[in-house]
Amino acid sequence: MTSSVGSTTGTAGTGELAGTLEATAAPPPRRPRGRGSALRRQNFATSIRNNFYFVLFVVPLQTALALFLAVLLNNKFLRGRSYFRTAFFFPSVTSSIATTLVFLFLFSGGGAVNQLLGYVGLHGPNWTADPRGVFHQALGAVGVDSTPGWARHEFFNLSWWDWFSGPSIAMIVIITLVVWTTSGTFMLMFLAGLQNINEEVLEASEVDGADAWQRFRLVTLPMLRPTLILVLTLGLISTWQVFDQIYLTGNNPATITPAYLSYNQSFQNSAFGIGAAIAFLLFALIILLAAVQRRLIGTGEDD
Amino acid sequence: MPARTYSPPWRRGVGYALLIFFAVVFIGPFLIQLATSFKTDADAANNSLSLIPHPATLSAWKRIFGFTENAGIPFGRWLTNSIIVATFITLGRVFLDSLAGYALARLRFPGRQAVFWSILAILAVPGAVLLIPRFLVLKELTLFNTYPGMILPIVADAAGIFLMRQFFVNIPTTMEEAARIDGAGVFRTYWSVILPVARPGLITLTILSFQGSWNEFQLFLVSTSDPKYNTLTTGLAKFSSGQLGAGTQYPLTLGAALLSTIPMAIVFFAFQRHFIGGQLAAAVKG
Repeated sequence: MTSSVGSTTGTAGTGELAGTLEATAAPPPRRPRGRGSALRRQNFATSIRNNFYFVLFVVPLQTALALFLAVLLNNKFLRGRSYFRTAFFFPSVTSSIATTLVFLFLFSGGGAVNQLLGYVGLHGPNWTADPRGVFHQALGAVGVDSTPGWARHEFFNLSWWDWFSGPSIAMIVIITLVVWTTSGTFMLMFLAGLQNINEEVLEASEVDGADAWQRFRLVTLPMLRPTLILVLTLGLISTWQVFDQIYLTGNNPATITPAYLSYNQSFQNSAFGIGAAIAFLLFALIILLAAVQRRLIGTGEDD
Repeated sequence: MPARTYSPPWRRGVGYALLIFFAVVFIGPFLIQLATSFKTDADAANNSLSLIPHPATLSAWKRIFGFTENAGIPFGRWLTNSIIVATFITLGRVFLDSLAGYALARLRFPGRQAVFWSILAILAVPGAVLLIPRFLVLKELTLFNTYPGMILPIVADAAGIFLMRQFFVNIPTTMEEAARIDGAGVFRTYWSVILPVARPGLITLTILSFQGSWNEFQLFLVSTSDPKYNTLTTGLAKFSSGQLGAGTQYPLTLGAALLSTIPMAIVFFAFQRHFIGGQLAAAVKG
């Protein structure tokens, strides 16, 4: 196989994880319109891809975790719930810079997370420096370790193979961090929603023979619908703007997002026109997504 | 009903186990951060999970507070700048947001509805989109690299105005009418009749404003380039990303980050109820 766009050289050759690809490699200058322009397009495509996978993972995870914690804290038979609520909410009030610094340390090569993994016999990656996509990793594990022919075609200066890379391992750190910091806030919203649910309805369903899971799925969840929609909307809007955490991981193609790229182009390359254009596209994307979401699942306002 | 208060011991066991597990997940990183700040660089890198520094050292803290020959970090300057801008932004927001909220809730003037909707629209503007326009406007007004440049763009905020408007709408109008009849003007009524009643709302607004300005990063990043205007957020971020000529000195950066978190933590634990109420009120905006 001839080497294709974005395929790595020997850098990813660690054991069975070998043979993965990454978008970091510069593309061959196929287009005559100039390397600078092609690279910019590729960077933009990469940032959109990174942010897409970020949203795809963070929004469901933070919503599910927040809902789980709220339901857990809503169990009246547990004592000390307000202390635990404080503990779960605390990361939400601290500065994004301070928490990112802590997480970059926890996920460093010899950091706490890898030590924990070591106790159960796993050898963790060098998280924040690892640009490999997790979908590529998974495919590598089942034997697909070179780019399939169809995936070598490019879309917006990024090969299809690279579009389907999944979040990079470095991005997994940011995903974990953001889920950790935002779940507390959304947990409070779910708790407020749970407190509005009429106890009698739950009791009636219990009398009718519904078990705990059925009560949750058929009574609690439908009644939380307005809160759920609110949390999903706020999550979707904020995750497309992720910036502070990305700033701290630096100008790394494995984690750049449109918001960061806009900043980077403007303030580090003095290309304010390009930076403003990226910002405008991001703005349009967020407004569009919010509008589509509203259209699809309703406004969720019940009063 | 007594039927629902009983729960089998195994359910309690599972419940507490989950609560404790998540408490460790959410608080553990801060404990590791605290322990790391007392470690040596080598110990921090090799035994990062350990909560007991071995050997324990104050060298990171000495460098943070400048008690050492070896130039540490200008923590005092960052702290001073953070206090200055957070104070002015908080005062500004409490004063301006409550005035604007009151006007939108009570006063009848042409275009009120339009103003209200435009404030709601501002809430929807993503912050990341404002990086460039804020910089360009500040540059044009020669406010780049000045304290006013760091304060004015966020001295009033749409979320705070909305919060106060919702609060004032829910206060009965009878007292104001009495004051009006006694001959008090609009501002006088607002200042001596409404503000005292609005205390809970103002406390919430104060806390959220302090939180927002203390943790603000993006505006300070694009409104300053001179290191003497670095706040705790921009200073730490630039220091750890190597722009101020430093590598990964975990005890130092984590110690400084911890110190920057402490004022926020104190406010949080002291005014938790208002925090939670404020988060929920702010959430309703969606």
